[in-house]
Amino acid sequence: MILRYTFLRLLMLIPVSFSISVVIFMIVYLLPGDPIDNLLRVGSSPEDRAELVAQYGLDRNLVVQYFVWIGNMFQGEFGQAIVLRRPVADLVAQNLPYSLTLGGLAFLFSSTVGMTLGTISAVVRHPVLDRFMRGFILLGSTVPGFWLALLLILFFSVNLGWFPVSGAGGWTSLVLPVLTIGFGGVALVARVTRVALLDAQREDFVTLLHAKGLSSGTILFRHLMPHALLPVVTILALRIGWILGGAVTVEFVFGRPGLGSLLIRALGQRDYPVVQACLLMLALAVMLGTLIGDVAQASMDPRIREKKS
Amino acid sequence: MLSVRDLGVAFGAVEPLSGVSFSVDKGETIGIVGESGSGKSLTAMSVMGLLPLIGGRITGGRIVFDGQDLTSLPERAYRKLRGGRIGLITQNPMTSLDPLQKIGPQVDDVARLHLGMNANEARARTEEILGTLRIPEPALICDRYPHQMSGGMKQRIVIAMALAADPDVLIADEPTTALDVTVQAQIIRLLDDLVKQRDLALVLITHDMSVVAQTCDKVVVMYAGRAVEYGPVETIFDRPRHPYTQALIACIPRGLDDTARLTGIEGTVPTVINYPKGCPFHPRCTRAEAICATDPPDFSVEGDSAAACHFAEVADAQSA
Repeated sequence: MILRYTFLRLLMLIPVSFSISVVIFMIVYLLPGDPIDNLLRVGSSPEDRAELVAQYGLDRNLVVQYFVWIGNMFQGEFGQAIVLRRPVADLVAQNLPYSLTLGGLAFLFSSTVGMTLGTISAVVRHPVLDRFMRGFILLGSTVPGFWLALLLILFFSVNLGWFPVSGAGGWTSLVLPVLTIGFGGVALVARVTRVALLDAQREDFVTLLHAKGLSSGTILFRHLMPHALLPVVTILALRIGWILGGAVTVEFVFGRPGLGSLLIRALGQRDYPVVQACLLMLALAVMLGTLIGDVAQASMDPRIREKKS
Repeated sequence: MLSVRDLGVAFGAVEPLSGVSFSVDKGETIGIVGESGSGKSLTAMSVMGLLPLIGGRITGGRIVFDGQDLTSLPERAYRKLRGGRIGLITQNPMTSLDPLQKIGPQVDDVARLHLGMNANEARARTEEILGTLRIPEPALICDRYPHQMSGGMKQRIVIAMALAADPDVLIADEPTTALDVTVQAQIIRLLDDLVKQRDLALVLITHDMSVVAQTCDKVVVMYAGRAVEYGPVETIFDRPRHPYTQALIACIPRGLDDTARLTGIEGTVPTVINYPKGCPFHPRCTRAEAICATDPPDFSVEGDSAAACHFAEVADAQSA
């Protein structure tokens, strides 16, 4: 049942990926300027320029270019970076592990800490704790990552000297970026967990669970938690893509290598193939996240499993 | 087996329940009747010790079960009684089971918790009980999820849960209200059989006078958080002394005579914050006089039954 459901969801990704690829391909051409400007030496003639444009196939019809590009993608051929003059696949392979480490840790951080905080605030309903949580959630969902990053650097790196200001050497360099990206996630996950738990507590069946003689702890962990997890899983799954995307500015501020840094550099140089590859990876992450979320939900809730498959 | 004396319940400053008394023995069924908002479900929650769950507390009176007062029982000991010796059947079977779990484990819980059975023994017991409740193919049902079953079937599962640990008392809070009429009759008959076969004490909470007439030995009529009349079912139906009881009985539809109109009771049950002074029923009562609006009536006891009405004796005189 769950396999069938997963397969159907995968099929639905085909038209979605197609639309996304068109958008990603076209959007870079809407940017003013082109990569050739970065390749030309001082004093080059318009003829030199035309020659380079032709060499990279940029003089062809956009539709033709799109199909060449997508055709290459299907063969796993990401092409050659125009400005960086290296295979795009190499660039991505070099940077992706950094992004995955950072994103993975931030994801782990926001899900565990967020769910713990949310559960505590739902179970211990104390006015002071409530006010603290509300303030925390407001901050977490409004403070922009790059600004928080600067504050953290100023306090922990410059003033206290606990962590390096930037770079990617050893685990200490991961702490601040993970905190920065995870902060918003913690707040969001805590809020969703709290609301979902309180909602679950109000369900009719909870009365009967108590009437069976189950202890409050058992009811919380065996019955309420699974219910609360349904919306939390959805949020977390959407977060997978969001974290990679959100890492773009944070990586830049901390001067870390990664997909985000690569993307920003490539954008500055209008290095079309690199930009397209990075965007495609991010889009894939979002789609994969959504898919994982849907499948996880279906595996937890028999009602969804039946309705949609 | 179970006796409730002068029970009062409060939520903060409001007191939606006061002075409720009844008792029930093994093999006996007591009906608690009244319209919605009369405090029937609160009575059930009080006996189950689940008031804190909805933010209420017991302000007075005693709930004595098997010789011990439950109002002062610590939570840990109460948990052993709940589901173990006192079973609860709730109103809406559609929402009373955990939708994310299969039927089997939800029923197994009770035997594992109260009879100390392991998973296999508990499952065997679950299947046996489902069988006695006339549920076809119990093993198959155990593997189903709640949303795959009908309301009547789910209510049987809830009953099975209440019975799994062989309790002494069963509290059924409007067990048929959410069900189809045809299924209602089946469930009521099932409960009736269970009382006889297992020597259960059943507290049947309902707003349906005809159900009371069919199944109960005794009845308590509640209105606005108070008991207004109680007694053996025959006495109450033959000679109701409280105008509210009379009105409820008059509301039972009878026969196919198309000249007969269905009767109702004018007005609605007052909400907790608007409980009237004097007799709580006087604004809707056809017989009310000045005294009813000022003095709360005492119970006028006659034999096993009693009615809280200033004019209970007048009713006796008329029916004599």
